[in-house]
Amino acid sequence: MTPPQAGWADHPAARALASRHRVRMWEPIPWVLALAFYFVFPKYLGFGTELLVTILFALSLDLVLGYAGIVTLGQAAFFGAGAYTVGMLAKHGIWKEPITGLILAAVVAAAVGLGSGLVLLRTHGLTLLMLTLCTMALLEEAANLAHDYTGGFDGLDSLPIAPLFGAFEFNPLYPKTQYLYVLTVLFVCFLFVRTLVYSPFGQSLTGIRENMLRMHAVGAPVRRRLVLCYALSAAIAGVAGGIWAQANAYVNLGTLGLDRAATVLIILVLGGYSRLYGAFIGAVAYMVLSHFLSKIYPTAWQLGLGLLLVVIALFARNGILGIAEAAVRRLGTRQATL
Amino acid sequence: MIFGIDIASMLLGGVAAGMVLFIVSVGLSVTMGLMGFVNLAHGGFAMLGGYAIALAMKHWGLGFVPALVFGFVVTAAASAMLERLLYARLYRASELDQVLFTIGLVFMMIASVTLLIGPENQPLALPTMLQGQINLGITQYRTYSVVLIVVGIVIVGGLWLGFERTQIGAQIRAAVDNRRMAESLGINIARLFTITFAFGSGMAALGGGLGAEFLGLDPQYALKYLVYFLIVVAVGGLGRVTGVFYAALLIGVLDFVLKKYVPQGGTAFIYALTILLLLWRPQGLFGAKAT
Amino acid sequence: MTAPLLETRALCRNFGALAAARDIDFRLEPGARHALIGPNGAGKTTFVNLLTGVIQPTSGSILMKGRDITDVVQAARVKLGIARTFQINRLFRRLSVLENVCIAVAERVGAAPSMFRPAGMRRDVVEESMHLLDTLKLTADATHRISELPYGRQRLVELAIALGLKPEVLLLDEPAAGVPSAESHIILDAIDGLPRNIGVLIIDHDMDLVFRFAERITVMVSGAVFASGSPGEIGADAAVRAVYLGRAGHD
Repeated sequence: MTPPQAGWADHPAARALASRHRVRMWEPIPWVLALAFYFVFPKYLGFGTELLVTILFALSLDLVLGYAGIVTLGQAAFFGAGAYTVGMLAKHGIWKEPITGLILAAVVAAAVGLGSGLVLLRTHGLTLLMLTLCTMALLEEAANLAHDYTGGFDGLDSLPIAPLFGAFEFNPLYPKTQYLYVLTVLFVCFLFVRTLVYSPFGQSLTGIRENMLRMHAVGAPVRRRLVLCYALSAAIAGVAGGIWAQANAYVNLGTLGLDRAATVLIILVLGGYSRLYGAFIGAVAYMVLSHFLSKIYPTAWQLGLGLLLVVIALFARNGILGIAEAAVRRLGTRQATL
Repeated sequence: MIFGIDIASMLLGGVAAGMVLFIVSVGLSVTMGLMGFVNLAHGGFAMLGGYAIALAMKHWGLGFVPALVFGFVVTAAASAMLERLLYARLYRASELDQVLFTIGLVFMMIASVTLLIGPENQPLALPTMLQGQINLGITQYRTYSVVLIVVGIVIVGGLWLGFERTQIGAQIRAAVDNRRMAESLGINIARLFTITFAFGSGMAALGGGLGAEFLGLDPQYALKYLVYFLIVVAVGGLGRVTGVFYAALLIGVLDFVLKKYVPQGGTAFIYALTILLLLWRPQGLFGAKAT
Repeated sequence: MTAPLLETRALCRNFGALAAARDIDFRLEPGARHALIGPNGAGKTTFVNLLTGVIQPTSGSILMKGRDITDVVQAARVKLGIARTFQINRLFRRLSVLENVCIAVAERVGAAPSMFRPAGMRRDVVEESMHLLDTLKLTADATHRISELPYGRQRLVELAIALGLKPEVLLLDEPAAGVPSAESHIILDAIDGLPRNIGVLIIDHDMDLVFRFAERITVMVSGAVFASGSPGEIGADAAVRAVYLGRAGHD
């Protein structure tokens, strides 16, 4: 057989594929803004830290929901697993160092993801949805029951987290260290997810989302890929949970609940899923709105949120980023026709 | 107290709770089985119906039974409108869109009720006739529990007859089993969906009213018990009336017994059991095996 | 005598009381151009699903080059060289034509598990996929999403994905189904142009296509092999005409 002739690399389709992963002009903007926030709003660093953690958590969901197409209502199970790992290790004096603590949180959450993924991902559709929900509820109940270790309903507070690099204290009242620490961790995790989704592995996840039967027919080990993706996503969610516990110096049942799982889903969908930056946009939009509205008008906030969800599901399935993309595309065609 | 009587009274309580679970969940099972729609707002219809019933009794002095009828009709009519206007647009949408839409709907229901009526629990006063105890021969028992069981049995019997013996029941069964086949037989699927959906929501309203006595009735009802309703449906099998009935009884009794003997770990046990069961039979205990 | 490329022995599959495959003895020779025909519901697609491992037989065995592959799972059978197309397009609709083929090629060359290198930088995968699109005259569509393509071209992508797996056995389930007749010659030409080292089994109703293409024809009726022979023999077989060709005429 003759080797395929070279020279296709210049074809527009090949070029489009080869340039897709390159860094866009605008991509540094969110990171620059995040850094600027540190200097401009020193009083809001607590809020900023919470925001960054939320982005990280939404990013973990994007991997599993946006790219692999697994509809889960139980992502908070992994957030909670990470948070409780950090919290229990610190409270019982076993491990207080933050960075290794995060790695442990990731490992534990990944193990929970791997174990539950191996069994849950045999199913699909409504059954899968139910099972993710039940798994999370089960973990929540378990954390509630084991109050000797987890603090039960009250959770664990005043966690003695060691200073970062032995030098930078985590001060809950003045969270400068937390902010930069979380920003760095988010950046590292984002690079990982970004690399992953443009890799052949990520491409095969997209294939599974688009047409699972076809992926079976091209000989892909579909379930193995899904389980692996689920575990990786769980690890990132675990990091998010762990870092949340470190930054706030406490952990409670709320880290594991349906509320948190539903909120992160809403955030991701609001920003736009399977878009990497959807997690950023969604988290900023949601957190800023909720920060100003939910405390003053909690009920009106819930009403508006519900209305927003209904509208997204009916009319704007690709979220804020999807709307922006469509607008840019329309502008582009208008210019082309001029 | 004699041990046997203790068990009997516990079973009765569990069965009564199971009946309420059944009445609320049966509509969810049929709509999910028929339309393949993940309707997380079903608990919201039960909550709204419960409110309609409680408020009609409180403000208009309606009797318990007329109020139940009123709640059923109002909720069925409202849900039929929602189905035509909104749900119908999402029948072919992805699961994710359905989940988002119905979560949004629940949020709106909860917020609206909180705004208009308030966040507090709505007391629903049972007629004196239904309060108190009744002599069952072996033991004294709460009249209302016995009434609930009788009502539940009547409803499951009625539904079974309706499903098996009427034209529309046959159409629903055909559409649950094979929708394309049913369409090619000339069944008006859109109308069937609306009727079923409205009826299912009306049943949820009945359940909301009948169960308010021990499940309470506040805006958060819509989400608080959702996992339970979903578990009943998943265990009973989609679109299976009798399956949901057995599943509801099973979970009602289990929950009652567990709460009594293991007040701490009862709920966790039910979740664990559900996970194991769904792994063993993804189609539920009584559902037909998907091919 | 060498073992056939693909062989089934007394292959049976029941769905409840329905026997969708009954005692099927079938041979596909290396480089064959074999057609499988039969009335609707004869069990042709069930047979393809059995060969590819989508479903398991109730009894009987499947052999590839003399090796028993009855218990080999679907993904592993693809690795052994069995590829298929679907009766109804099963494509990645929101991805480009090139990406559709790349996914298959990446899977075959073992690139797919790789997590840390951009997919577009796998030159070998992209070059091979483009080359394949070129042989099917699809290069002009390579940037387009599947959903933007006319149905006939989509059918070609089905074929391209299967060929991207470098199969030894290619199972084509009604390759021209749903294609307007003005476009069907594209599919027919593509099938005519398949490399001779691939053994092809084509399942179809379209008698023109079958008789133009096949060097051997197997007729299935009610889940069982009814007749098998050269196109001349099948065309002249009075019993085949009666049960199948005659009935097809009434459709």
